[in-house]
Amino acid sequence: MSDFLKIQGLEARIDADGTPKEILKGIDLEIPKGEIHAIMGPNGSGKSTLSYVLSGREDYEVTSGSATFKGEDLLALEPEERAALGMFLAFQSPVELPGVNNANFLRTAVNAVRRARGEDELDAVAFLKAVRAETKRLSMSDEMLKRAVNVGFSGGEKKRNEVLQMRLLQPSFAILDETDSGLDIDALRIVADGVNSLRGPDFSALVITHHQRLLDYIVPDRVHVMAKGKIIYSGGPEVAKTLEKQGYTQFLEAAA
Amino acid sequence: MNVATTVQTSPGLEAFVGRSAGQGTALSAMGIPTRRVEAWRYTPLRAFADTVWAEAPALSDAQAQTVLAGLPLPEAGSCVVFANGRRVEALSSLSDSIVSTAAEAEDPLEDRFSAVLNAALVQDGLSVRIPAGTDAGMLALVSLTVGENISTHLRHRIVLEEGASLTLFDVNAGEGRYVTNPRLDIVVGKGARLTHVKLQQDSLTAGHLAIVAASVDGNGNYDSFTLNNGSELARHEVVAKLTAAHAQVHVNGIQIVDGSRLNDLTSMIYHAAPDCGSRQTVKTVLSESGQGVFQGKILVDRIAQKTDGYQMNQALLLSEKAQINSKPELEIYADDVKCSHGATVGALDDEQLFYLRSRGIPEAEARDILVRAFLLDALDLVTDETLRDLLQGSIRA
Repeated sequence: MSDFLKIQGLEARIDADGTPKEILKGIDLEIPKGEIHAIMGPNGSGKSTLSYVLSGREDYEVTSGSATFKGEDLLALEPEERAALGMFLAFQSPVELPGVNNANFLRTAVNAVRRARGEDELDAVAFLKAVRAETKRLSMSDEMLKRAVNVGFSGGEKKRNEVLQMRLLQPSFAILDETDSGLDIDALRIVADGVNSLRGPDFSALVITHHQRLLDYIVPDRVHVMAKGKIIYSGGPEVAKTLEKQGYTQFLEAAA
Repeated sequence: MNVATTVQTSPGLEAFVGRSAGQGTALSAMGIPTRRVEAWRYTPLRAFADTVWAEAPALSDAQAQTVLAGLPLPEAGSCVVFANGRRVEALSSLSDSIVSTAAEAEDPLEDRFSAVLNAALVQDGLSVRIPAGTDAGMLALVSLTVGENISTHLRHRIVLEEGASLTLFDVNAGEGRYVTNPRLDIVVGKGARLTHVKLQQDSLTAGHLAIVAASVDGNGNYDSFTLNNGSELARHEVVAKLTAAHAQVHVNGIQIVDGSRLNDLTSMIYHAAPDCGSRQTVKTVLSESGQGVFQGKILVDRIAQKTDGYQMNQALLLSEKAQINSKPELEIYADDVKCSHGATVGALDDEQLFYLRSRGIPEAEARDILVRAFLLDALDLVTDETLRDLLQGSIRA
């Protein structure tokens, strides 16, 4: 098995009003090429922190451990370098960018990544063609392209906009941080289709969720249970169903 | 309405004005203001007070042409070029709808240093009127200065008669270390409209001390926008008076300050009649050790009921060494007015920056996107699309 994404003994903390707060307390996780893994866990278990540390947000300090992606030391790379290498984070709360036109933003991102990957940039016409095909698939109106990024978007529209970015940037590894939160069932299905359409031998994903519901649509190869900054249990897709029925208690007790 | 002028003469004054201003003039009485003069507290002229600014020598047409070629200029029906304080006939032409007039004296503005300096040393200028009911299209007014330790002092006067309209594109640029001190008098007649878009792109070692005196008659509109983009030290000062009902004044602008430069936008909007409106949106982006100044005074006369005044100034600090001084002032003597003002100072949002970078956009480009987003709603106030694009392209973000 190749080293696609490999996390070993990862510890990280955040500065909380002057005192460091340990959030990740030794994460070990491997996600092979072509697999989709899910992480489930109660609030405050460190799921979102893991997604931010992997994508390069500066607020977190990694104090121990390592993470490699395609053989590169992931933690040494800038966020944009990680994106160029094929990583994508779908945000739990997509950020609003007043004054930044959505279509221009998407084109700038696509061309930045293409440039970094040594591909030709897309001109306005080619880009528009590509983006129109994707908005249609995601049942998004063209009007959303004309607005400022995520400004005035409903919760569902923001999540679709995340999936639109993912589809256009063609990552080889995507982290979906509670992409299902705040979505109705139709939006959930559209989002799940967006992810499933990328599924293949060259696409992996880490799906972070509270609910088993999303995993009915995006069926994972492995499910990890996270609590208190550690992965306390790993198993097949059936783990999600067990959690839905019985809650986290038995996993927490078993780990104690 | 005026406060007594505090006189603080600096030692460089005699040298500065030695060449032409006589004793007993307003300038010799005033002197070059020090920081103890409230109006210049945040904009120190010290660095310019110790130089002897010689009268600028004439520039050849070819030299002027070379500088001109490097400037962003739109297609304009009329164009007047001044080089080192002299009109370059070979590069100037006025359409039939713009009529040359003799220069006329306006309010000397004796309490304002830029006006007093200009009065003492004035050389040349453009004096025109737009006849009643005429749309005169666009006039490009270009002031070039090239040289070391020289100064230019132009004085222009533009009169729009009733119902006339004009778009003035006012470009200031040059090379070397110089002081440029233009005065522009504007008279907007009843129902007339002047759109004044200024690009201040003087040499990064120059001093730019500009003053605009505008008076706007009933239903007239003076709609101005200034991009303060150059100079070591630049003040764009506007004194505008709304003289009859339903007159409108807009004093909008963007300032881009980097290095150890200083850009200043100072305005006094005098509501002297009822039912008038004034609007100001000024945004300043500061990096490195850049300094920005915004001083905006709105004076509402007792008879100016139903005045609608709005003033917003916002600064984006990109460095810990950058500094903005913002001084809004409302002086209101009428009791039925709507005047609001706001000032904000902020930095780039880390979350927004991370969001852009996580999409593969390199940090420098991500910052540029956010700076331009910050400026967008100010830039959108430039109604002429060609000029707006041209200003946008000139911004050194």
